[in-house]
Amino acid sequence: MDLQKRILELIEHDARLSAKTLAIMLEEDEDKIQKLINNMEQDKTILGYNTVINWDNIGYDGVTAMIDVKVTPEREVGFNSIAERIYRFPEVRCVYLMSGTYDLSVIVEGDNMKDVARFVSYKLSTLENVQSTVTHFVLKRYKQDHFIFEEAEVDKRLVVSL
Amino acid sequence: MSGMEAYISDVVKSIAPSGIRRFFDLVSQTEGVISLGVGEPDFVTPWHIREACFYSLEKGYTMYTSNLGLLELREEIAWYQKRTIGVEYEPEDQILVTVGVSEAIDIALRALLQPGDEVLVPEPCYVSYAPGATLAYGKAVPVETFDQDQYRLRPDSLAAKISPRSKVLILAYPNNPTGGIMYREDLEALTDIIIQNDLIVISDEIYSELTYDGQHVSIASLPGMKDRTIVMNGFSKAFAMTGWRIGYACGHPDIIAAMTKIHQYTIMCAPIMAQKAAIEALRHGEAQMRKMVEDYNYRRKLIVNSLRQIGLECFEPRGAFYCFPSIEKTGLSSEEFCARLLTEEQVAVVPGNAFGYTGEGYIRCCYAASVSNIEKAVERMGSLIQRLKNQ
Repeated sequence: MDLQKRILELIEHDARLSAKTLAIMLEEDEDKIQKLINNMEQDKTILGYNTVINWDNIGYDGVTAMIDVKVTPEREVGFNSIAERIYRFPEVRCVYLMSGTYDLSVIVEGDNMKDVARFVSYKLSTLENVQSTVTHFVLKRYKQDHFIFEEAEVDKRLVVSL
Repeated sequence: MSGMEAYISDVVKSIAPSGIRRFFDLVSQTEGVISLGVGEPDFVTPWHIREACFYSLEKGYTMYTSNLGLLELREEIAWYQKRTIGVEYEPEDQILVTVGVSEAIDIALRALLQPGDEVLVPEPCYVSYAPGATLAYGKAVPVETFDQDQYRLRPDSLAAKISPRSKVLILAYPNNPTGGIMYREDLEALTDIIIQNDLIVISDEIYSELTYDGQHVSIASLPGMKDRTIVMNGFSKAFAMTGWRIGYACGHPDIIAAMTKIHQYTIMCAPIMAQKAAIEALRHGEAQMRKMVEDYNYRRKLIVNSLRQIGLECFEPRGAFYCFPSIEKTGLSSEEFCARLLTEEQVAVVPGNAFGYTGEGYIRCCYAASVSNIEKAVERMGSLIQRLKNQ
C-alpha cells in the first residue's frame, strides 16, 4: 500500500500521532513523513483536523438537525451552485448530494431548536431553487466517526496474564 | 477439617505455583497502572463474530456437538490449514476441536506420554508446557534458546538434551514471550534429529497469523513431518477471541483418536456457541484480522524503537505481540526490576524468569496496548533506568 494512504489511515483515527511516531511505525524518515503531510494539507487532501466531542458531558444542549432538501438543479452547474449557496452558511456542518427521494442532505447545528427553525424558514426554504425541506432533529448520538458515545472505552482485560 | 494438604496428590504438589503469583497480587493492589503485562489482544472480538454467536443462540444452538466438534467447523479448519500452512487434514478424523490450545496440549501429552517419558521444551516459553508434562507423569526437559539466535531453536541445543526417554518436542513459534519465529531453514535443520530420535512434535501455532516477516511456516509441512506433528492452533490471538476458549489440534488419525478419548470423557465437546463463532471467524474474519495484524505491526516497530531509545537492548521480535528486552545492564533481577517499575512508575510488565530460568535478565512487554500507553509506559521505564544509572 502506498505510504500516503497508510499515513492517512493512521491519522484518520488519531490525528495526534506525531510525524516522529508515524515515522517509527511506518519505518520511514521523519522528514519525509512531515513533508508528505504538509503537501497533503496544502493540496487539501487533508482538509483539517477536528475533535469528536460529547457536549452532553459539559452540559451544553446544542441541537443538530438533518434536513432533506429538494432542489431544482440549474443548467450548466447542476446542483453545485445551490449546494454552495447552502454550505456557505456557518451553521451548516455538512452538505451531501444524495440519490433517492431528495437531493441534498444538510446537517445544521444551533444552540437551540429555535435557531435551527429560524435558519430553515428564513434562509434555507426561501432560496429560489429550494422546492421543499424536511427537518429531522437528532435526539441522541450513539456513535460518530467511529467513536461510541456512551460506552466508556475501558480495558476489560486482566492487568497481567501470561 | 484443617490441613488438608496431605490429601493432595504428589504429582499436583510437585508443580510449583505460577512463579509470579506475588507479582500479580502486587499489580492488582497498585492504582493507575499502565499495563504492558497482558497476554491477549487489546481488540474486542470483531462484531460480526459476536453477532454470529447471538444469532446461533437465537436459533437455539445450545446443545452438545460431536466430540470432535461441528463437522462444519472442522471443514473450515481443514481449508484454513491447507491455505495457510499447506497441509491437508481430513475433517472426519484428523481434526479435534478443543477448549483452547491449552486443552489440546494437555490431552496430547496425556495421550502420548508413558510415565517418565521426556518432553523437550525450548525456553523461554509459555508457562503451561512443563506442568502439562508433569501432570501426564512425564518430565519436562528445558532446551535453552538465546537472544543472539533470536530465540530460534538450534539443532545442537536440541541434540544435547535428547535422551533415550525423549518422546515429545514442543515447538511454540511465533513465541510467547520472546516474539521469536522459526524460519523454514531453521525448521529444516531440526527434522533429521526429530526423525532419527523418533520424536513427536507438538507445534503450538496460536500466534501464526501474527508473523511480521514473511509467511508462518509449520514444521508439519516439511517432508516426513506431517504424521509425527500435532499442529495446534486456535482463535484467541488472530481473531481476538481469548475468552471464547476455542482451539483445535490436527494430526495423525491414531493420535487424534487417542486425544479424543480423553476429550470425550473430560470435556465432551467445546461449547457450541464458541464453535459457531469460530466458523464465522474462519469464513468472514480474514479482512479484519489482517487489519489487526497491521496495527500490531505498527506498534511493534514503535515499542522496539522506544525501548532502544531508553537504552534497553531488544532483539526485533518477528511474531506474536511481545518484545523481550534485556534489563541485565540495570544490575537488577527480572523480578526486582518489575517490582520497582510497578511501585515507582506504575508500569506493569512480566519478569522474564516467569517463562523459565533462561528468561532471567529479561522482561516481557506486550504491545497490544494503545500507542499513547506504549509511549507513556516506555517513558516511565526510561525514568526508572535513568534513576538506576545515577545511583
